[in-house]
Amino acid sequence: MARGGGGAVVIGSLFSWIADPAHWSGSDGILNRLLEHLWYSVLAMVLALVIALPLGLYIGHTGRLRWLVTATNAARAVPTLGLLFAFALWLGPSLRGDLAFLVPATIVLVLLAVPPLLAGTYAGVEAVDPAARDAARGVGMTGWQVLRQVELPCALPLVMSGVRTAALQVVATATIAALIGLGGLGRLLVDGIAFGDYPQAAAGALLVAVLAVLLEGLLALLQRRLVSPGLGGGRGAVGGSRNDDDAAAAEANARMPVGPGGMAGGNS
Amino acid sequence: MDWLAANWRTVLDLGLSHLYLAGVPLLVGLALSLPLGWAAKRWRGSYPAVVTSTGLLYTIPSLALFVIMPLVLGTKILDPVNVVVAMTIYTVALLARTVADGLLSVPDHVEQAATAMGYRGLRRLFGVELPLAVPVIAAGLRVAAVSNVSIVSIASVVGVSQLGNLLVDGYRRIIWGELLTGIVATMLLALVLDLVIVAVSRGLTPWRAAAGARS
Repeated sequence: MARGGGGAVVIGSLFSWIADPAHWSGSDGILNRLLEHLWYSVLAMVLALVIALPLGLYIGHTGRLRWLVTATNAARAVPTLGLLFAFALWLGPSLRGDLAFLVPATIVLVLLAVPPLLAGTYAGVEAVDPAARDAARGVGMTGWQVLRQVELPCALPLVMSGVRTAALQVVATATIAALIGLGGLGRLLVDGIAFGDYPQAAAGALLVAVLAVLLEGLLALLQRRLVSPGLGGGRGAVGGSRNDDDAAAAEANARMPVGPGGMAGGNS
Repeated sequence: MDWLAANWRTVLDLGLSHLYLAGVPLLVGLALSLPLGWAAKRWRGSYPAVVTSTGLLYTIPSLALFVIMPLVLGTKILDPVNVVVAMTIYTVALLARTVADGLLSVPDHVEQAATAMGYRGLRRLFGVELPLAVPVIAAGLRVAAVSNVSIVSIASVVGVSQLGNLLVDGYRRIIWGELLTGIVATMLLALVLDLVIVAVSRGLTPWRAAAGARS
């Protein structure tokens, strides 16, 4: 197993590992691993959005099926590592080639991305000012128009924080999915640890961390572009004047899987 | 079930290590978050900086953080200290904001009343503001506890023993009983920590139960 000690020497070998052009090209090179990582993540996010967005809008708009949000939140206690292994053991043997890794890993990534997306969308629609909803109905909008033109834009800050939470969770878990044979940047990490090649493992770790931080920054920018300036970014009940209601708001906020800033309870 | 009957002692030992690796960072992280959150409230301008910088730390995937830790600390990669420090970082990342929000949620008129009654500085913080912020802080602590318990299981990959070992070993040797025991035991531990936090929070805020009974 690799040694970590020796500070500067190790950091030097880490950077010389990354700087080596031979480590960038080829099917197990950094570039290809990065593309794989992005592909798995995008695939899972698209699938999760297709499931969670309509469902969250439906729950928020109609108020039905609320237990579903609670149930998916409770599922956060399941260890992601166990979920990955269980699906790989269960589905892997009946699948051929790359699908034996890709299918179980994608299922788990989608399962982990759905709860924050669902909670964000539901909470976003739920939190729309009833006066705005009534006004929209008052000017003669149909239920569908209210949803599309009023509720969705107003819900966007919370929907986007759900997206940010889910995206980080997916990128982080895709790293661990290297343990069940998936490609991506996690390969550098997991193989580095397995073969006692600490510079490679540390290089993989650094690349994954940089990817996650860049992604978070990018999504934060996207959120700023997408959200109507009139909504003030939806920064929750912090600052300004304080009254008794804020205590309840802050408590609900802390309990929410997605904070208004996009930070959340569910890393892996 | 057969597997559990034959190995319950191992499960218990690993569960205790798991509790240690998830619980100690929770307490240390809380202790570090209190001054951070207080500072974010005291100097309101620093609130965005505290929230953003701690939030950014939470975005680093755990396996990556476990592997990077030896570079920062100069420890060996197998050292459990890496996991404890990494988990403390995650806890602070979640709690600094919660503590700030909790302290900010104390109504102005309550603070003014406390000041008028002679509560000042630290005495007001510990005697009035923090107790009133307990529900908010406890809510954040519950999220951090569940998150910590789940993340710690990944430390098996860097050779630090806890319940995650059952997951890795159960998968490698295809022992379903071991894998499922690992999953259920991890969830149980998260549940127990959650219940403890709820109980302590209730004990610290007796007036909430009284208010609930009255209304």
